[in-house]
Amino acid sequence: MLYYLIKRLGLSAVVIGLVVLVLFSLLHLIPGDPATIALGPRATPEAIARYAAKMHLDEPVWRQFAIYIGNALTGDLGLDVFSNRPVTAIIMERIGFTLALVGAGMSWAMLLGIPLGCLAAVRPNSWLDRVTGVLSVGTIAVPSFLVSIWALLIFAVHLRWLPAIGAGEPGDTADQLTHLILPAFAIGLSWVGYLARMVRASMLEVMGETYIRSARAFGLHPRQVVFGYALRVAILPTITLIGMGFGGMISSAVFAEIIFARPGIGKLIFDAVMARNFPIVQGAVLVATGLYILVVLFSDILIAWFDPRVRESL
Amino acid sequence: MDADIRESAARERREKLRLFLTNWQGLTGLILVTLFFASAIFAPWIAPYDPNALDVPSRLSGPTWEHLAGTDQLGRDTLSRILYGGRVALKIAAIGVSVALVVGLILGMIAGFGPRWLDSLLLLLFDTVRSFPTIVLALATVALTGPSLGMVLAIVIVTSIPQYARVARTATLTLRNTDFILAERSLGASMTRTLLHHVMPNVIGPLLILAAMDVPVVVTIEAGLSFLGLGVLPPTASWGTILNEGYLVIRDAPWMVIAGGIPLILTTLGFTFLGEALRDIFDPRMGKGR
Repeated sequence: MLYYLIKRLGLSAVVIGLVVLVLFSLLHLIPGDPATIALGPRATPEAIARYAAKMHLDEPVWRQFAIYIGNALTGDLGLDVFSNRPVTAIIMERIGFTLALVGAGMSWAMLLGIPLGCLAAVRPNSWLDRVTGVLSVGTIAVPSFLVSIWALLIFAVHLRWLPAIGAGEPGDTADQLTHLILPAFAIGLSWVGYLARMVRASMLEVMGETYIRSARAFGLHPRQVVFGYALRVAILPTITLIGMGFGGMISSAVFAEIIFARPGIGKLIFDAVMARNFPIVQGAVLVATGLYILVVLFSDILIAWFDPRVRESL
Repeated sequence: MDADIRESAARERREKLRLFLTNWQGLTGLILVTLFFASAIFAPWIAPYDPNALDVPSRLSGPTWEHLAGTDQLGRDTLSRILYGGRVALKIAAIGVSVALVVGLILGMIAGFGPRWLDSLLLLLFDTVRSFPTIVLALATVALTGPSLGMVLAIVIVTSIPQYARVARTATLTLRNTDFILAERSLGASMTRTLLHHVMPNVIGPLLILAAMDVPVVVTIEAGLSFLGLGVLPPTASWGTILNEGYLVIRDAPWMVIAGGIPLILTTLGFTFLGEALRDIFDPRMGKGR
């Protein structure tokens, strides 16, 4: 396990390094003066000079990269072009909104999708199984940003049940929760389908195993067999799916934040792209990607901990 | 002997066709996909209006007999714009998916057949690309280059390659030590010849199914980026720009976001249904991973 852990951590570190390299070289791959490209046509000469000094643009490229990595490791992601505040501080203000959104979206999808998959697997080909099957494919195929737009149209504009924009008054938890419902619904919907299908498929496989038959033969309650024994094994591929799908979740959250004007990290990146504020884009993209890599890493370690066979394969 | 084999192959084909024709999901998918291709290709002939023709007096109208899907804030006919938007989606999907498939296939076969270090290096590259949430990578790139159709294509291709390459690599790895490949190699066939004539025909099947499933992803990325104003630029009609313009007037004219979303859903549903039916029939084992 320790050997696996070291190897897996090393791999993630290399990938993060490459991600930084990609973000860094994007700026240099495009022809023209990097400072002008990063700050856009409206930047003042002072801002350009400040950026050039901050990024050490007069040094050779490899040294710039080393300096950027060194700064990033100490939590320094550069300065906002307009307000001149540290990028790290701005990201920290916003990231909570994104984490709450992604957490809420994933939670309701799991609470609905996993039991649905179990029930469908217990009675294959029943009406419930068929309905779940059709619903799964249906929700998987609908793009999440369209769910966001339509949910906004139906529940906020037409029915006026829920607020359309913003994240709620700071400090007012109830208000913040009502602002969370629609975007969380939108980004979680397709996950209900994914999870139900995945759990159903792996559950069907596990239910055929001999130890499940033994558990039944011992006269355990069917509910205990399904949730206590079968689900514990059948959930493993689902954990991988959740980890791998977290990137898609971040992409959906970006759309939901823009559509519902929620001040999370996705909205931050979008506004920065629109304003040609590249230091913010670079920093926020790095944080969002790093978050995704960490989640995948965590899910992989969790799987390896549950299933010794996985440890051998790396 | 040869005739026997041919006949059993023909029987197997008939059996698969029968399986497909009795699969309602597959048939629905096929109909929707056909509709997508037909409406995109024949848009200039079936669209009732020029997609950019202004009709300011009847702007922001709901569905009427003159404008079946209503009009936008400039009075342009939404139905015509949707039909022309399908052409953009088709173009991106066709070019994006085929280029990603070919490059992914080649890289995957090289990774599976080549030396160990090359395999590890390519895997690391695929992992890095897949570590970016797609839209986030797209935002970072567009921030520097500015939005354009070519940029959308580039993003779609780069982010799709790893999944094709991974499937191709796994399939190549299992083929690598089979008798017929070893025989071919020991007869002195070059690596290119082995890969093109013997590995590729055995690897391409799952990749084609993957391609059908990839179309919804690609179409969604195009629509999503265009919706954000970072993909296809107005006044070009695309499902994303229609949704973008509709989102801005969502309080006054809900028709546009409804009309702009329906073709997107039908297309993604169609390709998903078709891809899944094909997968279940031709490659039942692949389905377990989802």
